[in-house]
Amino acid sequence: MTDLAERQKLSYIAAQAADARLNVELETEGMTLNIGPQHPATHGTLRIIVRLDGEQVVWAEPSAGYMHRGYEKLTEVRTFPQITTLVNRIDWLGSFANEVPFILAAEKLMEIEAPPRTQHIRTILFELSRIANVSLFLGDLGVQLGAVTPVFYAFRDREYVLNLIESVTGGRFHPNFDRIGGLLDDLPAGFITECKQVMKRLRAFCDEIEDLLFGNEIFQARLRGIGVIPADVAKQYGLSGANLRASGVDFDLRRDQVLPLAYDKVDWKVWTHPDGDSWARCWVRLQETREATKIVDQLLDTLPAGPIMAKVPRIIKVPEGEAWVSTENPLGEMGYYVVSKGDLGPFRVKIRSASFNNISVVPWVLRGVYVPDVISILASLYFILGDIDR
Amino acid sequence: MVIPLSDDSISTTTTPAAALPGDALREGVVATLRDELGADLLDHLLKPNDDLWVRVSAGAWQRAGRVLRDKVGCDFFCFLSAIDWLPSPYGRGEDDPTQPPPERSTEIRQGYAGGDTRMQVFARVVNLTKHFGVTVKADVADDSPAVDSWVGVYAGANWHERETHEMFGIGFNGHPDLRNMYLPSGFEGHPLRKDFPLLARMIKPWPGIADVEPLPGDDSDEGGE
Repeated sequence: MTDLAERQKLSYIAAQAADARLNVELETEGMTLNIGPQHPATHGTLRIIVRLDGEQVVWAEPSAGYMHRGYEKLTEVRTFPQITTLVNRIDWLGSFANEVPFILAAEKLMEIEAPPRTQHIRTILFELSRIANVSLFLGDLGVQLGAVTPVFYAFRDREYVLNLIESVTGGRFHPNFDRIGGLLDDLPAGFITECKQVMKRLRAFCDEIEDLLFGNEIFQARLRGIGVIPADVAKQYGLSGANLRASGVDFDLRRDQVLPLAYDKVDWKVWTHPDGDSWARCWVRLQETREATKIVDQLLDTLPAGPIMAKVPRIIKVPEGEAWVSTENPLGEMGYYVVSKGDLGPFRVKIRSASFNNISVVPWVLRGVYVPDVISILASLYFILGDIDR
Repeated sequence: MVIPLSDDSISTTTTPAAALPGDALREGVVATLRDELGADLLDHLLKPNDDLWVRVSAGAWQRAGRVLRDKVGCDFFCFLSAIDWLPSPYGRGEDDPTQPPPERSTEIRQGYAGGDTRMQVFARVVNLTKHFGVTVKADVADDSPAVDSWVGVYAGANWHERETHEMFGIGFNGHPDLRNMYLPSGFEGHPLRKDFPLLARMIKPWPGIADVEPLPGDDSDEGGE
């Protein structure tokens, strides 16, 4: 295995040299370019400092932290039920998915398990969050590459998913719906029929996006073979989710661990792609959106009857212990390492968010690419600022 | 490295669920670590059907990472962080600022796999083919907390170590660039240490605790819906 730290050091030296270098043939000098923090290409306040030699990036460094809210410190002064409000705001496009691993960690420490109906509804809402999140990615991808139409389609159809989430939880962006031992409420009347229609619609949306974008020659030229991340680099940097599977690593936390969620009760596939380039990452996400609609459909068919709340004490004290639970969130592996001292609130919560690791590979992957590819690689890596900075 | 572009026809894989790890597998991991690290493997905890925690000495921190990557096959880097085991002198920030602060215990009680010091670094690495993870901890000295950097072992540790350095003040020897990620470069203090006060809670009394009130006619704590 290559010693990546060594290569990082070398690239830094090369960047220093590029700044001082004078290209005799073309009469160019190295220059440093700031992309962001307020820049359309970074969707959010991510600042990227790139050193250029002509059109080529010699060295790149993302500068995160413009949206650091200190959630790990804030969790230490809150009770367990209050924390779902905070963690909702980490990945704000798929908020419900943030709550689930934290609640599961607390339930693991308390040794309680949610009733089967709750597990089903949690999984349904989890996958709806994924669709709401990734459908925006598919639309946004077009905008990053100069095509404006897909984003209108994405916002149009994402609206139906948000309406569904709102009809269950009352919140479009921050549901705050998951509780230790169950859920706040049951599904509303008519949800199943409506949800099935929306899932059909979303499948049509995926076909539309595939026709519009993925077959497009310009789209392929901008993404294929660009920003290749080999599997060993992806694993060393801890890339997760579609970014990891697009590098050919067959790993999905929905399948590869035992969790009290309903994924083992449905028939679904894990999609991988061997290329590891920007196109592969987009393609895997498209397939995952399709797969998510199928998971939701099957879960709606097999929804068991029963209570939605396990028996939990009204004042929740979590026994002393440590627990790690991570789930396959829209952006990748999202996990919470919860340390409890038997108090009302946790002693320490380490939040492992997907985008933090996914973006830490940027200095590696941007070396040697051309400036327009910076945009497409960042878009295909797909990050949410709140998920980097927490 | 050049990866040839693939055909669309080979780019789908649908795999059956792989076998999930058993506790025997985790016991094997502990045995491997004991063989490789010897006395530097200080303690371990294996919770049946759950997870594995190991604690190594600070001097063997980097070596433990290499053993986990090369011998145990945990080549996926999940996260790295630290825990400050000192109980917070401010409680949960709910003290009345007009009253003298209440007496609080300062007893340091470490968690799984034990410990001797106030602060510990811990990290998690995962074996993606056999589907198990290991949480590895190491004590860091109280006076000058530092361990060797993992950047040479897992390149992804770079940002995690920067974050841990600014939040806990733990040094990582051999890290290429320990600049602050979130805070201004001249910031004093380490926010995630327990003795760093959360100022928003210090200057104004917090009403949050009042939200759990007994219902009329209900004396028991055991509620449930």
